[in-house]
Amino acid sequence: MVENRPVLRFIHHLTLIAGVVAVAFPLYVTFIASTHSLESILSVPMPLLPGDQLWANYSQVLTAGSTRGAQAPVGAMMWNSLVMALAIALGKIAISLISAFAIIYFRFPLRNFFFWMIFVTLMLPVEVRIIPTFKVVSDLGMLDSYVGLTLPLIASATATFLFRQFFMTIPDELVEAARIDGAGPLRFFWDVVVPLSKTSMAALFVIQFIYGWNQYLWPLLITTDEKMYTVVIGIKRMIVGGDALTEWNLVMATAMLALIPPALVVILMQKWFVKGLVETEK
Amino acid sequence: MEKRVVFRSSWLPYLLVAPQIAITVVFFFWPAFQAVFYSFFLQDAFGTQSQFVGLANFAELFRSESYLNSIRVTAVFSTLVTVMGLAVALALAVAADGILRGALAYKTLLIWPYAVASAVAGVLFAFLFAPSVGIISYVLRGMGVDWNWVLRGEQAMLLVVIATVWKQISYNFLFFLAGLQAIPRSLIEAAAIDGAGPVRRFWTIVFPLLSPTTFFLLVVNIVHAFFDTFGVIDATTQGGPAGATQILVYKVYYDGVKAADLGGSSAQSVVLMAIVIALTVVQFRYIERRVQY
Amino acid sequence: MIRKALLASLVTVAFAGAAQAQTEIALWHSMTGALGDKLNEYATRFNQSQNAYKVVPVYKGSYPESMTAAIAAFRAGNAPHILQVFEVGTATMMAAKGAVVPVYKLMKDADEPFNPKAYMPAVAGYYTDYKGNMLSFPFNSSTPVFYVNKDAYKKAGLDPEKAPKTWKEFTAAAEKLKAAGQACVYTTGWPSWVHIENFSAWHNLPIGTKENGIAGMDTQFTVNSPEHVRHITMLADYAKRGLFTYGGRRNEAEAKFFSGECAMLTSSSAAQANIKRNAKFPFSVNFLPYHDDIKGAPQNSIIGGASFWVMSGKTNNSYKGVAKFLGFLSSPELQAEWHTSTGYVPITIAAAERVGKTDFYQKNPGTDVSVRQLTNKAPTANSKGLRFGNFVQGREIIEEEIEAVLAGKKQAKPALDDAVRRGNEILRKFEAANK
Repeated sequence: MVENRPVLRFIHHLTLIAGVVAVAFPLYVTFIASTHSLESILSVPMPLLPGDQLWANYSQVLTAGSTRGAQAPVGAMMWNSLVMALAIALGKIAISLISAFAIIYFRFPLRNFFFWMIFVTLMLPVEVRIIPTFKVVSDLGMLDSYVGLTLPLIASATATFLFRQFFMTIPDELVEAARIDGAGPLRFFWDVVVPLSKTSMAALFVIQFIYGWNQYLWPLLITTDEKMYTVVIGIKRMIVGGDALTEWNLVMATAMLALIPPALVVILMQKWFVKGLVETEK
Repeated sequence: MEKRVVFRSSWLPYLLVAPQIAITVVFFFWPAFQAVFYSFFLQDAFGTQSQFVGLANFAELFRSESYLNSIRVTAVFSTLVTVMGLAVALALAVAADGILRGALAYKTLLIWPYAVASAVAGVLFAFLFAPSVGIISYVLRGMGVDWNWVLRGEQAMLLVVIATVWKQISYNFLFFLAGLQAIPRSLIEAAAIDGAGPVRRFWTIVFPLLSPTTFFLLVVNIVHAFFDTFGVIDATTQGGPAGATQILVYKVYYDGVKAADLGGSSAQSVVLMAIVIALTVVQFRYIERRVQY
Repeated sequence: MIRKALLASLVTVAFAGAAQAQTEIALWHSMTGALGDKLNEYATRFNQSQNAYKVVPVYKGSYPESMTAAIAAFRAGNAPHILQVFEVGTATMMAAKGAVVPVYKLMKDADEPFNPKAYMPAVAGYYTDYKGNMLSFPFNSSTPVFYVNKDAYKKAGLDPEKAPKTWKEFTAAAEKLKAAGQACVYTTGWPSWVHIENFSAWHNLPIGTKENGIAGMDTQFTVNSPEHVRHITMLADYAKRGLFTYGGRRNEAEAKFFSGECAMLTSSSAAQANIKRNAKFPFSVNFLPYHDDIKGAPQNSIIGGASFWVMSGKTNNSYKGVAKFLGFLSSPELQAEWHTSTGYVPITIAAAERVGKTDFYQKNPGTDVSVRQLTNKAPTANSKGLRFGNFVQGREIIEEEIEAVLAGKKQAKPALDDAVRRGNEILRKFEAANK
């Protein structure tokens, strides 16, 4: 410590507390709103202490959805979100791991070409090619399916780079030793590369799980069947424009359900999360 | 950067890269190519009639007030998000770096918004700031502010900026904190011995040393504001009022999906691709440099 | 008689068993909540009334979303048989010649009895081409009406039984409400639909040339006339004086009314059920106010809502089923039921008369206002509807410009001039894409 200044430290704590409060306030209001009836939320100003409708609201959305907007149970949507998040996270890790392995541990004619192809995907986020990608998926008959939800998002330049960087740090002696033992590339991959990559995979998993769970534009486009909605889409569908009024208590209960799983992943796997963020740099 | 020792196989590497390349071709290159292709055509909604119009879609785009407005809005939006997000996160990171106890607890309490989907963040803030029932709107009205973002563009902009910054703080905070902790204590102590106070130390030593992190975050935040904020906009203002929050990405979606204008939307996609390529080149050059250190 | 027939066919179905192979008819719609339940019920009733066809309704999201889904499905070759399209999508559907089967042709080919004269002119006109052929089947139609909070009127010393008829009277009432401390005096849903489109029809003013676009695609907007400018200037003046609170482009304003925040509202007649359920005060439903110095006002209002379009590329047999289903939907008893339970207007004259003979309107005051307003006078070229290409974008532009005026950024005249200029660009692009 440079010097001991209680005043300065007090200011630091004050700043942090203000930050934590500001960050937590929306969450607090959301939680409060999810424990009240619609009527008491609509009486301005809304109460700032928990109400007694917590069970009623959550069981309503989990089993039946909203009454005025989409009437799909949020429980099923959470399952869809989980499938999507897991498929994207694991899929990205799997295909990036093997393609990085091929690019680092083999020399083959089209190696650089493939590497650049993967790299260029960085420049084509789904947001800029929405309509044609939607068309491709629709032509392939993948609308309203898990495959359509996940497959187009599984390619990952960042994950491939991450593994490529990591493989560069694996000592060459290990390869030589493996070759002396007569182990082929696949043996080497399973026995050496995969175990050594576990930390990177865990870190990547956290980041990509959140990425998958939080997808919005893509499922918004390709799911029209309520059975295929993810939670994030479900919330949007509950905010109705038509002939009814948004049931904010149920929307807020669903918002809580939508943000708890990824928030838990971040908090419980904080170490991997920070590592994943810093290493993927995006 | 090459491995000295490699395996040999004429087919295995192709098999290994095949899944990634297949997805890349089908879902990235082919659609991107189609976007370029469609941008030269004028089609009706159902695609029953189609005619080649050359660069007319592009010409129209840059004549269109709403597109030029959208460019302006995107510039303002990303500047505000980046500046506010970085400033707040830096203040918090400096504070967290300056305390002895409890840093981990604060960190945990500050990073969770990263896990919240943009669309969900949008919904939370739309509710807080809802013109008639929102609790913050109520407080603002009590303070005599005429709060109605449904009509007032600058208020709508403020709303989407706050929601985006709220979500982005955690990311910036983590990187700034890591950057601060990497600064050698000895440098700061030396300055302290020379009699520099904490504020001067920050501006003369800490901030310059932090500039690589700041620059990196600058680029990442701009990219984020450009492309990852669709959810916030769609869940709150939907681009309104009077196009005041219609960022480029939202406009591509709106024109392509809701207005069924395939040619115009494709031309916008092509423009966006050019922007991403520029941003990625900046970002990648920087990352490569970092890697080499 | 029909009920008997229905019963008889039900019995037949029960005896015939489920052995027959049914032809499925897909219906994509955007009806949520109670409306969706009602539509499902009709499909079930139709399915039970015969055993050759089975209508399967599917909720496909909001109107623009289900239309997008249908466009994609059409391009991929698996469009539904029937698609519910909102009124602003009418021109787009009409121009998609190869993609749709006009309803009049469908009915003729299937030998289903079909008389376009049986439909309410104010409703059918919206979906009829220039030659008088009905192209789509109107289903849910509403029109904007004027709601008044009677308690707020009483408190301000106004007669709660006498809602303002003209905008002059409206202004006087609004000032009194404001003076009595009413925080929000007036708000509106659907600003372009109420204050430009219906304002025009109600005052017998054109929205666009070529009979509001119905007579040809080479139409141009005319919403910058002195009358339009005056009306929007008046709204801006209200906003400045705190007599008007802008509520948003859709129906957000309705909540402001039934919560008691705003004392007066103009919005869809279909909001009535919702207002009745939520408002804790007596309210009245009235004709839209008009400017008494504009000649011919009040004329008649125009509709909003949606209609059923039949998509092309299906089997002849299934089209027979579609025709039967549409015939089933237009029966007077079903239409009467739809009107009284949802607040949408009946689409046939017979259905309107049927409800008129009962005591429904006496028991539910205000529910007849929409029908009376739509049929106030025989529709003119300016008031039978409108048909503008890409009107989703066109309406958006009008709303943007109105918002700019209300926010005090623009004067009404230049704003409406800009709306016309920008709107015409969209019309020209549509014309070029649909030669």
